[in-house]
Amino acid sequence: MTYLAKPKLHHPSLPTNKLGFTRRDYEGAISTLCAGCGHDSISAAIIQACFELDLPPHRVAKLSGIGCSSKTPTYFLGSSHGFNSVHGRMPSVLTGANLANRELIYMGVSGDGDSASIGLGQFAHSIRRGVNMVYIVENNGVYGLTKGQFSATADKGSKSKRGAANMDEPIDMVALALQLGATYVGRSFSGDKDQLVPLIKGAILHQGAAFIDVISPCVAFNNHAGSTKSYDYVREHNEAVNSLDFITGRTPITTQFAEGTVQDVTQHDGSVIRLRKLHPEYDTHNRIAAMNYLQERQAAGEVVTGLLFMDTDPEDLHAHLGSVEAPFNILDEDALCPGSAALEAFNASLR
Amino acid sequence: MKPITAVNDFVIKFANVNGSGSASANTLFAKAILRMGVPVSPRNIFPSNIQGLPTWYEVRVSGSGYLGRRGGVDLMVAMNPQTWDEDLKEIEAGGYLFHDSSKPLPKSKFREDINIIGMPLTEICNREYSDPRERQLFKNIIYVGALSALLDIDIKAVEKLIGEQYKGKERLLTPNLKALHMGKDFAQANLPKTGLKIAHANSVGDKVFMDGNSAAALGCVYGGATVAAWYPITPSSSLAEAFTRHCHKYRVDKATGKNKFAVIQAEDELASIGIVIGAAWNGARSFTCTSGPGISLMQEFIGLAYFAEIPSVIFDVQRGGPSTGMPTRTQQSDVLSCAYASHGDTKHVLLFPEDPKECFDFGALSFDLADRLQTPIFVLLDLDIGMNDRLCAPLSWDDTRRYDRGKVMHFEDFESGKPFGRYRDVDQDGIAYRTYPGTHPAKGSFFTRGTTKDRDARYSEAGPDYVENMQRLLRKFETAKGLVPAPVERRAKHNTRFGVIYYGSTAPAMSEALDQLDAQGLHVDAMRVRGFPFNDDVGEFIDAHDQIFIVEQNRDGQLRTLVVNECVADPAKLIPVLHYDGSPITARFIVREVVEKLRMFNVAPLRRVAQ
Ligand SMILES: Cc1ncc(C[n+]2csc(CCOP(=O)(O)OP(=O)(O)O)c2C)c(N)n1
Ligand code: SF4
Repeated sequence: MTYLAKPKLHHPSLPTNKLGFTRRDYEGAISTLCAGCGHDSISAAIIQACFELDLPPHRVAKLSGIGCSSKTPTYFLGSSHGFNSVHGRMPSVLTGANLANRELIYMGVSGDGDSASIGLGQFAHSIRRGVNMVYIVENNGVYGLTKGQFSATADKGSKSKRGAANMDEPIDMVALALQLGATYVGRSFSGDKDQLVPLIKGAILHQGAAFIDVISPCVAFNNHAGSTKSYDYVREHNEAVNSLDFITGRTPITTQFAEGTVQDVTQHDGSVIRLRKLHPEYDTHNRIAAMNYLQERQAAGEVVTGLLFMDTDPEDLHAHLGSVEAPFNILDEDALCPGSAALEAFNASLR
Repeated sequence: MKPITAVNDFVIKFANVNGSGSASANTLFAKAILRMGVPVSPRNIFPSNIQGLPTWYEVRVSGSGYLGRRGGVDLMVAMNPQTWDEDLKEIEAGGYLFHDSSKPLPKSKFREDINIIGMPLTEICNREYSDPRERQLFKNIIYVGALSALLDIDIKAVEKLIGEQYKGKERLLTPNLKALHMGKDFAQANLPKTGLKIAHANSVGDKVFMDGNSAAALGCVYGGATVAAWYPITPSSSLAEAFTRHCHKYRVDKATGKNKFAVIQAEDELASIGIVIGAAWNGARSFTCTSGPGISLMQEFIGLAYFAEIPSVIFDVQRGGPSTGMPTRTQQSDVLSCAYASHGDTKHVLLFPEDPKECFDFGALSFDLADRLQTPIFVLLDLDIGMNDRLCAPLSWDDTRRYDRGKVMHFEDFESGKPFGRYRDVDQDGIAYRTYPGTHPAKGSFFTRGTTKDRDARYSEAGPDYVENMQRLLRKFETAKGLVPAPVERRAKHNTRFGVIYYGSTAPAMSEALDQLDAQGLHVDAMRVRGFPFNDDVGEFIDAHDQIFIVEQNRDGQLRTLVVNECVADPAKLIPVLHYDGSPITARFIVREVVEKLRMFNVAPLRRVAQ
C-alpha cells in the first residue's frame, strides 16, 4: 500500500481565512482508517481549528506514536512536518523538538494504548514538565491497530468484541493530567464537533501543556453493545460541563451568546476563550474542584466533557529552563562556541 | 628483605572508607607530584555503594610518563581496617605499609617482607581537634603531610595547591595548612625515610590533568550541542553534570541572563534518547550520555534514528556488564551492542577516544559527523577514561572552524527552486538532504517515520523502495569510513610479522607494553583504531601481518568480532588478548599474554592460539 495524495482542486467559492487558505489547505492525505472511525472526525476538528485560527500550516509540527490514532497526522495539515515516532514515545520526541525550536506549534496525537500503557511514563513526564503543546489522546478503549485488545482506559466490566470482560480498573487520563499539573485540560467526544473545535483552538493558543482526551469510538472493535466507548454509550452518558467558543481579539463573535451565561477567559497571549457554563458552580480555574468534580461525576456513571481546567498564566518548560528567546536551531558557532581563548584559560586551570 | 628503592617511578595506593573525605586529600597528593613536574596517573577504585564501604585511590607515579595501570603496590596507605588483609597482600615484597598506629595491632596482622611505618594519626587528631568531622577530615591532610616528608614531596607545591583550593576562604585555608605541617613535622621527627622518592623533573610540560567525562562534556559545548537529555547512571552521570556546569559558565547570554542550552534529566533512557531525536529532527545539536543498561533501553529509538536518518549523539561510558554487572568497574563491552544497536539491519558509527583530549575532540566532532551523516554517532568511553583524572595534551580549538551542519535545505534553497526529495541520493554518497520543520510555507514538508518509505518520504511498503533505501544506507556507511578519525599506527623498530590492534582506554597500558616487548627484542607493529566503520588502513594492516593480537577489555573479543565481520579477515589470524576483571588493563598483563601466545606459535596449532 502506498500513500494516497489528495487532489488539490480548489473550488473558487470556498471560503478563505486571513492567510488566504481554504479549509482544504489544512487537509492531508486521504485517510486509510476504517470508514466511520472516530479518529477521522478528530482530524476534521483539527483541520477546522487550524483553519479558523489562521495558522500557517508549516509552523505546526505534528508528532505521534504508533497506532491508528497515531496515523492520523498524515490526514491533516499536509504541509506541516510530521513525525510518527515509536509506540508510546511521542512525548519525548515532542519535548526535544520543542526544545530545539520554541517558535513552532507542537501537536502531539496519540492513542489510549499509546499513551496509557507503553507511553504512560512519557505522557506523565511531558505534562509535568510543562511542555508547550497540544496533546490529544484519541481514546477508544482498545488497541485498534493490533485488532481489539483492551487498552488501559477500557472501563472495568466492559466487554471486548469477543465477549471477554475487562476486570482491570481503567486509567483516567484526564484525572492524571490534572494531577500532573497540566495547565489546560479538557475532554470531548469525537462526534461533538461544536465542543471539540473550540477546545482544540483553546489548546493551541494555550502556552503550556494542554491535554485533551477525546473519546473516539473504534467502529471495528469497540462499537458493540457492552462496550463503554461505543457511539451510543457515549451519547447517552455524555454530561457536558460547559460549552465553549473561541474568539480572537480581532473578530469577536459575541452575539451568539446570551449575557450572563458566559465566562470570558483571557489567555496568556491576550486571546479570549468564552465559556458558557452549564453548571454555574463550575470554575475552570480550580484544579482541585476539577479533580473532585471529575471523580464525583464518574462515580455517578457519567462522562464529563468540556474544558475542565485552565491556568490563565501558565509557565512552560522553556520558562522553567530560562532558555533564550531565539530557537536553539538557529544559534551558530558565534553564539555557542566559547572559542580558543576560553579554552586556554580552561587548560590553565587544569595544571 | 631488600626495601624497594625508586625515584619517580612507583605505585602508591590509598585504602579509605567511603564518605571519610579522603578523595580531596588524595587528589591533592597526586597533584602535588604533578606540580613537581612528575607525571602521575591516579585511579579511583570504588565498589558500587554509597557510604561506609571501602574505596581506593591508586596513584601511579611514572617519570617516564606511562599512564596505564602498572599492577602491584609499592606503598599502601592503609586507612581502612575492613580491607586490611586484602590491602596488605597487594604490597610488593620490599614495599611499604603506612598505617594508623594509634591502636596496637598483633604481629600476625603484618608481613615480614614489607616495611611497616606506623603513625598515631587518630591519637594526634583526637589531641588536636574535638569536633568529630574535623578529626576525620584533618586526619587525611595530616597523612598527606607525613607522606610528603616520607617521599620528599615539595611541601611548597602542596601548600600552593591548598591555597588555590581555599582561595578567599581563610577560615579553611589556615587550619588545612596547619594540619599539613603537623603531619610533615611528625614524620620528619619520628618516622624512617622510605626508599621511594619524588625528585623535581620536567616531564609534565604543558599537559593538563582532567577526566574524560568533563572533557567530553566540554567537547559538546564547543561542538555546539544545545540540548542534552540524560538519566543518571554510573559512570556517565558526571558527563551530564559537567555539561551543565560548563554551560552555566560559557553559555549564558550576557545581555539577558538566559540560557543557550537545555539540560533535561529525563525519566529514563527511553525518554533521553527520544528527546535527543526530537531536538535533532528540529535542527538542534543534541546528545545523551549513558552506560550499558541505558544503551539496551535505547535500542528501539536508535533504530528509528538510523532508519529515519536523524542525527543523534550518544556517549556510552562503558562499565562491567552484562546486566547490572559491575557498575563501578571498567570494561569495553558495549562495542557490539552499539555497533549493531536495534532490531533489523543496522550499523552505527563509533568513535573510540583514548584520553580526555580525544574525549574533547571526538565529543565536538561527533556533532559534525551526526549532522553530516544524519545518523546516530556513538562515542565509546569507559569508566577508566571517563571518571579518572588523566594527564593529556592541552585541549585546543581552531577559531576558524565552522560547524558542519551537513546537507540542509534552507528557505533560500527552496525559493531558488532547488529540487528536494527527503531520501534522494543526489550526490551518490548515500546522504540525502533534509530540512528543518517550519522552514518554508509551501515546500519541503515531509513525514518522518520508522516505517518504509519511498525517496520522497512517502509511506511505501514496496519491496524495491525498501531495498533502494537500505542500499543507500550502506552507501552512507561507506561514506562514513572517510569521515571518522583514521587509525594511528606505530611501527616497530624492525620489520615484523606481528601486529597488535587496540582502542580506547587500553592505549596507555599498550604503549608501555610495546616498549617492554621492544626491550625484550619482540617487535610488534601497533594500530590504534579510533573509529568504526573501519577505515581501509585497518584491512591493509591486517593483510600486512601474519598474526594480529587484538587487545581489549571484554570477554568475547568484541572488536575482534567486528573486525572479522567488517574487514572480512581470517579469524585464525586474529588473536584475542582479553582482560575483563573490571580493573583497567595493565602493561604487565599485555606483555605476559603476548609473550605467552608468541611462545605457543612455536608449539600449538594456530586455531588453539586464537582461542
Ligand atoms: C514496542 C511496540 N510494541 C507493540 C507494538 C504494536 N502496536 C502497534 S499499535 C499498538 C496499539 C495501538 O493502540 P492505541 O494507541 O490505542 O491506538 P488505536 O490504534 O486504538 O488508535 C500496538 C500495541 C509496537 N508498534 N511497538
Ligand atoms: S481499527 Fe478502530 S481505531 Fe483503527 S481505524 Fe478502524 S475504527 Fe479506527
